Amino acid sequence: MPLAPAITTLEELKEHPAVARLLSWNAASVEGAKYDRDEMSIYVERGSIREACALLKEDAACPFNFLSDITCVDWYPSEPRFEVIYHLLSMSKKERVRLKVRLDGNSPALESLTSLWPGANYFEREVFDLFGVRFTGHPYLRRILMPEDWEGHPLRKDYPVEGYR
Amino acid sequence: MILNMGPQHPSTHGVLRVLLEIDGETVVRLMPDIGFLHTGIEKTCEAKFYQQVVPLTDRIDYLCPLTNNLCYVLAVEKLLGLEIPPKAQWLRVLLNELTRINSHLVWLGTHALDIGAMTVFLYCFREREEILRLFEMVSGQRMMTSYFRVGGIALEPPLGFFDRVRDFAGYFPEKVDEYENLLTGNPIWGMRTKGVARITAEDALALGATGPTLRGSGVDFDLRRDMPYSSYDKFQFKVPVSQEGDVFARYMCRVQELRESIGIVRQALDGMPEGPIKADAPGIVLPDREKMKTQMESLIYHFKIITEGFSVPAGEVYQAVESPRGEMGYYIVSDGTAKPYRVHMRSACFANLQTLATMCEGRLLADVVAAIGSIDIVLGEIDR
Repeated sequence: MPLAPAITTLEELKEHPAVARLLSWNAASVEGAKYDRDEMSIYVERGSIREACALLKEDAACPFNFLSDITCVDWYPSEPRFEVIYHLLSMSKKERVRLKVRLDGNSPALESLTSLWPGANYFEREVFDLFGVRFTGHPYLRRILMPEDWEGHPLRKDYPVEGYR
Repeated sequence: MILNMGPQHPSTHGVLRVLLEIDGETVVRLMPDIGFLHTGIEKTCEAKFYQQVVPLTDRIDYLCPLTNNLCYVLAVEKLLGLEIPPKAQWLRVLLNELTRINSHLVWLGTHALDIGAMTVFLYCFREREEILRLFEMVSGQRMMTSYFRVGGIALEPPLGFFDRVRDFAGYFPEKVDEYENLLTGNPIWGMRTKGVARITAEDALALGATGPTLRGSGVDFDLRRDMPYSSYDKFQFKVPVSQEGDVFARYMCRVQELRESIGIVRQALDGMPEGPIKADAPGIVLPDREKMKTQMESLIYHFKIITEGFSVPAGEVYQAVESPRGEMGYYIVSDGTAKPYRVHMRSACFANLQTLATMCEGRLLADVVAAIGSIDIVLGEIDR
């Protein structure tokens, strides 16, 4: 079954409930959207991610009450370098949505979601540990997988696969 | 007093270090420390072809290797837009449910062993031995099977495999009765597990728990039924949910899941469709060895796939399956080449472990052992 082409224009996607909710709150917060392979991805502006997640969590039509995953992709050497990805799940409506925030390479920082979902704690620590993205407001932002005295962020693209030690 | 429940400990089910601040026998604060089994699998995946990642996925959650394979392979097939023949899908369901039984048997055996019921451990591993022999029949390996491929299954199951699974499905329900006989009505088990390490549904949802850890608190959500994949929508099964949220509730959920899984195995055997086990995609799926030895095109495809891999159109996908521990997801980003750009594993235990602090603070030290067992952690999945 050949893949359907991705829809990438915001105009065509603004009817999707998550996109519509965010656009109705603050049109500047949505930088773009993509519907590809039956999955909805929304590019959210950096300063509004926490508000956007709070709105989607409490949305009456389709409450995205569960935070599945927080991760990051390093697009070195192109800028913006980091893309932090949030996967939200609506258990009642059985829908998923992906929120993406693009960050610059030098001192990437983002607001923490631990006030909304305490379960974001470990995921944000892992992103900090492996990529170096800081989360402001996180209760305990320390390395979680690598040893405490490790230098460098291993999953960045300029860190070799075989490591330094 | 700060007590270290160190990485080497018989009850932590792997290299988990738990820092306990205790006041007498009561746990005041608890903090897990992980990372002792971190091997950088996510980074390694970026250096391998898509088909070479399959054996790496086995080793992430090493108690349910076929489930990891399934999740990864489904994600890549979603990226490619491949359609899998029905026989391959049903075989995947059959083996996935056998893996679920396998994992729950290890959980039951080790959990009961921690709490003191040592006989259950031997009984569970006796049944597990038969399942491991079934896996060895079909893939050549007992544990790290790597049996699924992008596009289907690696090999046809040998003659006699389905009969042997049918025999197993015939006697297994009595064995579950045996385990329940020993534990469910047992007053000692009840005192150690009922009311212990309770967590509410709101807390479990807020902390990101899934699977029996969430269903034990009353939230009825199972990815196999609610967001089905690989033809799970063609099977009838119940999803066990308990309300109390304690160790006993999670135990009951998983024991009922053992029964449901063997029911699914029987349905898969009865309704197994005929047909090919690999999709019809010559540049992606390896050809049969007979064809490869006699036809030139098949030989060329075989050579190209092994040495150069197959390129996957650019994009990203998140595929989640219901592993024995909860929602296991793979987030794969492709840049159009034959190697994945980023593979992220959303491991169920990584999120479930966050519930440990809520469950154990204010409780006795001995309950920490019961709680760790009831979350059913696998450090391979947590640390990757």
